[in-house]
Amino acid sequence: MMVRAQALAEIAKLRGDALVVAVYSSAFEWLEISPHPLNFLAVGAMGQAATNALGFAIGLPDKSIIVLDGDGSLLMNLGTLVTIANVAPENLTHFVGYNGCYEANGEHPIPGRDTISFAGFARSAGYKTVTEFRDIATMAQELPAFMEAPGPRFASLFVQPSIKPELDYALVHGEAARKRFAVGLATDRARLAASR
Amino acid sequence: MEQALAASQLSGSGIIVAIKNAQVRTVVALPDITTSAGLLWPLSRDEDLRLIRVCKEDEGISICSALSYCDHRAIMSMQQTGLFDSLNAVRGIAVEYKHPVCMLVGLLGKEPGVPTEQSKKYSVRVVEPVLRAMEVDHLVIETDADIPKITAAINRAYEVSRPVVILFGTRVRP
Repeated sequence: MMVRAQALAEIAKLRGDALVVAVYSSAFEWLEISPHPLNFLAVGAMGQAATNALGFAIGLPDKSIIVLDGDGSLLMNLGTLVTIANVAPENLTHFVGYNGCYEANGEHPIPGRDTISFAGFARSAGYKTVTEFRDIATMAQELPAFMEAPGPRFASLFVQPSIKPELDYALVHGEAARKRFAVGLATDRARLAASR
Repeated sequence: MEQALAASQLSGSGIIVAIKNAQVRTVVALPDITTSAGLLWPLSRDEDLRLIRVCKEDEGISICSALSYCDHRAIMSMQQTGLFDSLNAVRGIAVEYKHPVCMLVGLLGKEPGVPTEQSKKYSVRVVEPVLRAMEVDHLVIETDADIPKITAAINRAYEVSRPVVILFGTRVRP
């Protein structure tokens, strides 16, 4: 079992200029660990992060897209694993933080938390590369190869619940966050176009 | 008889032209029997449009909203049952976050020529009141003469960055 912030820090080391779609609790930690204009906050309709990321993967085929999903979120939209695998975007990496509970809503357990396998779901849906990371040392060692493996990639991260005491929901729900992202993406696209 | 039936249906090829005129490049869809033969199958064979098949309609809301950041116009095609199932995504992602999510919605069971709110079908009758309550722009396309409104509605949605629902009041013919 890992501390989520440590697992996210490992991802941050390899992020490069990737566009990162993050949900709820992961998003709050990610914004501190890896502040970047291309952090997209997938809030407002729980369960939609991976599908949002698929949209970016389709629209920006030359850009690396990373989604930091939650287990409760993904359970709300499991069909998207099939949708994503069917589209098969090579530039999409899908992480799910598997803490077994609805952390932002009182830590109630997710259904089937002791029996389900998100990696199994992703594998049978047709993701090209699927793995699980249960300890930070193994994740640190294997993550670089995983990030270079054929996409779409999926990794289940076994993490402890680690909710922060005060969450600034106004920050993630606010229009300013989306405007910042839109400006950041437009700037990034202009930079890439100029470099070609 | 056949001519009368054709006259009471919408032209799928005309709708595809209207979509392309609005610079749409991607169609996200779940099959709907009112648009299946006349629109979705022809779309699936159209080399100018990319078709993304999804498992559930709210996925389409998310994909279209993300694509809007990439200067890539898209539409979601579904039945009104799928629209009802997607209302939370429409509320959160499209309305509250002000994304230009454009939806084509087949009205299963609507009687041709009868205004939606006078339909005998509950699932048809409540569509427009629900959209009004959610402050979502919408229009009903009932005849071929209405089809150019599709282009204008999509263009406007992107200009003002707001969602729009285009309701098909009759079956679509190929």
